[in-house]
Amino acid sequence: MDLFNHLALGFGVALTPINLVYALVGSLVGTLIGVLPGIGPVATIAMLLPTTYALQPVSALIMLAGIYYGAQYGGSTTSILLNMPGETSSAVTCLDGHQMALKGQAGAALATAALGSFFAGCVSTVFVATVAIPLSELALKFGPAEYCSLMILGLIGAVVLAHGSLLKAIAMIVLGLLLGLVGTDVNSGTARFAFGVPELIDGLGIVSVAMGLFGFAEIITNLESTEKREIIKGKVGGLWITKEQFKKAWPAVLRGTGIGSILGLLPGGGAMLASFASYALEKKVSKNPGEFGKGAIQGVAGPESANNAGAQTSFIPLLTLGIPENAVMALMVGAMTIHNIQPGPQVMTSNPGLFWGLVTSMWIGNLMLVVLNLPLIGIWIKLLKVPYRVLYPAILLFCAIGVYSINNTSFDVSQTAVFGFLGVLFVKLECEPAPLLLGFVLGPMMEENLRRAMLLSRGDPMTFLTRPLSAAMLAAAALLLILIVLPNLRKKREEVFEEGES
Amino acid sequence: MSIIRHPKDFYSGLIFIGFGVAAIVIGSNYALGTAARMGPGYFPRILGILLIVLGAALSLRALRLQGSPVPAWKWRPTLIVLGSVILFGVIVNTVGLVLSTIILIVLSSAASHEFRYKEALVSGVLLATLAVAVFVIGLKLQLPIWPGSG
Repeated sequence: MDLFNHLALGFGVALTPINLVYALVGSLVGTLIGVLPGIGPVATIAMLLPTTYALQPVSALIMLAGIYYGAQYGGSTTSILLNMPGETSSAVTCLDGHQMALKGQAGAALATAALGSFFAGCVSTVFVATVAIPLSELALKFGPAEYCSLMILGLIGAVVLAHGSLLKAIAMIVLGLLLGLVGTDVNSGTARFAFGVPELIDGLGIVSVAMGLFGFAEIITNLESTEKREIIKGKVGGLWITKEQFKKAWPAVLRGTGIGSILGLLPGGGAMLASFASYALEKKVSKNPGEFGKGAIQGVAGPESANNAGAQTSFIPLLTLGIPENAVMALMVGAMTIHNIQPGPQVMTSNPGLFWGLVTSMWIGNLMLVVLNLPLIGIWIKLLKVPYRVLYPAILLFCAIGVYSINNTSFDVSQTAVFGFLGVLFVKLECEPAPLLLGFVLGPMMEENLRRAMLLSRGDPMTFLTRPLSAAMLAAAALLLILIVLPNLRKKREEVFEEGES
Repeated sequence: MSIIRHPKDFYSGLIFIGFGVAAIVIGSNYALGTAARMGPGYFPRILGILLIVLGAALSLRALRLQGSPVPAWKWRPTLIVLGSVILFGVIVNTVGLVLSTIILIVLSSAASHEFRYKEALVSGVLLATLAVAVFVIGLKLQLPIWPGSG
């Protein structure tokens, strides 16, 4: 079967010593930042992007991917032991994981999380491998009109499934698209929005935008709050899972893996949505939902499997269609462009070693994580005792060095600071920065495809509706928008009714 | 009761309008072209108009919806964090990685309400050593270590 040949090719690439080292580094860094609150995978990947210039493209991507799924492992550790989610995708694990820890079952909770994640990692690796080929074949049939519609569908999907105000999120996308246009227009050579600044002619750097909006803004808002972070001592206990616990946990792991793999595919999906959905599902199918919140092992097993599966399958749209569906994937686009790889369906045929190497490295990284993570928990807990006032200047330093080293200019550092300022402003006004980053990455691609589509149709915008695939995608985007507006309407109506009764 | 009932939405709407207007005004210097042959000014103009429409919708809706006020901006962390990072970028090439690291760490530590001068200094020296080991020796970045060596 073809699948085995592909996987064999992938393992051939991923198992070379150098790539094994980068998978390990990525997974460990990911776990570390997953454990540490106040720095997420987006800021970390932005920070480490510049250091991957010198690497082989496949090694760079393997390491950056490791950070994302490693963070899912690390996030669960602090949720369980300290009731403090290191990552948003592990927030629901706090509910039951920490309760288990209080009952002296911390070890069992950690083991469940790790094994569930590993199982999910294995399944979703195979899932990525099987879905990737047909999807990229479909994508190869796309013309510029289809690509345009696909991007619109992707962007709309990303904001519909994310939380917060829909109108604001769409505006953030448009602003992102606009920021993506800064720099030289490839068709005419006109320098747009560059204000005569030579550094801006190449456009705004994705590292600066992401690091400012996600890294700096987060640090600043953390510093504004004066509450002290409490550090609690956690006792891990034995890592054994009893037979009874295992019996309860494994169906949850299966369901979590399934729901996570599918939600990871959707635009806007990924780890966070997957874990929340899985928790809700477990509560619904449970015979005694009263257990939840009091240390139900399914409440750990399901979401932890789901977030890992979701983290991995969210690579599918990027690798097959070239469309990033969340902020981490937007940065992966940045990483690929740095290495002169245009993300999209052609990667699989033109660069099969890279594609399958990356896919199989995810499985290898998961294996490393499950083996290494449990023994290392003691170290992670010690690291958590480093107070934030010592931690954040160090994060700032690594950010500053990283961004400076891209072009060795102070301009990039100042540019990052500007986006840091904007980021704080957006936090104050409750505008989510992730849609902006997606728009930023897609801006030039969207303009290019729009131009080509309109050139082919001789200026007739109806081309987007007369081509069936394009029309279907636009219809799906419209449907999503209607769906999100409807429950709002219903809720409002309910409020009115309640007021009328009282 | 103020007319602006949802300040967060209202002001974000104004910001989006601002960006939209800027895009159209600055973009008016670029050739528009036609729908079939779009010039460099075409897409920015579409986006600018969209931003203005979305921003206006947000701001107008804010007169009707109810929302919490915009939280106060404590300027100290913003100014110190961003200022110390900008300073690092400006001086690193002349004073070298070691000194600029120590300056960045000590300065930025002052943004925290739990600032301790000695602790920041110690951490600055340690991180400077680490930074040289990792970035200059390990990753071979082109950064001077001491003043005048760049």
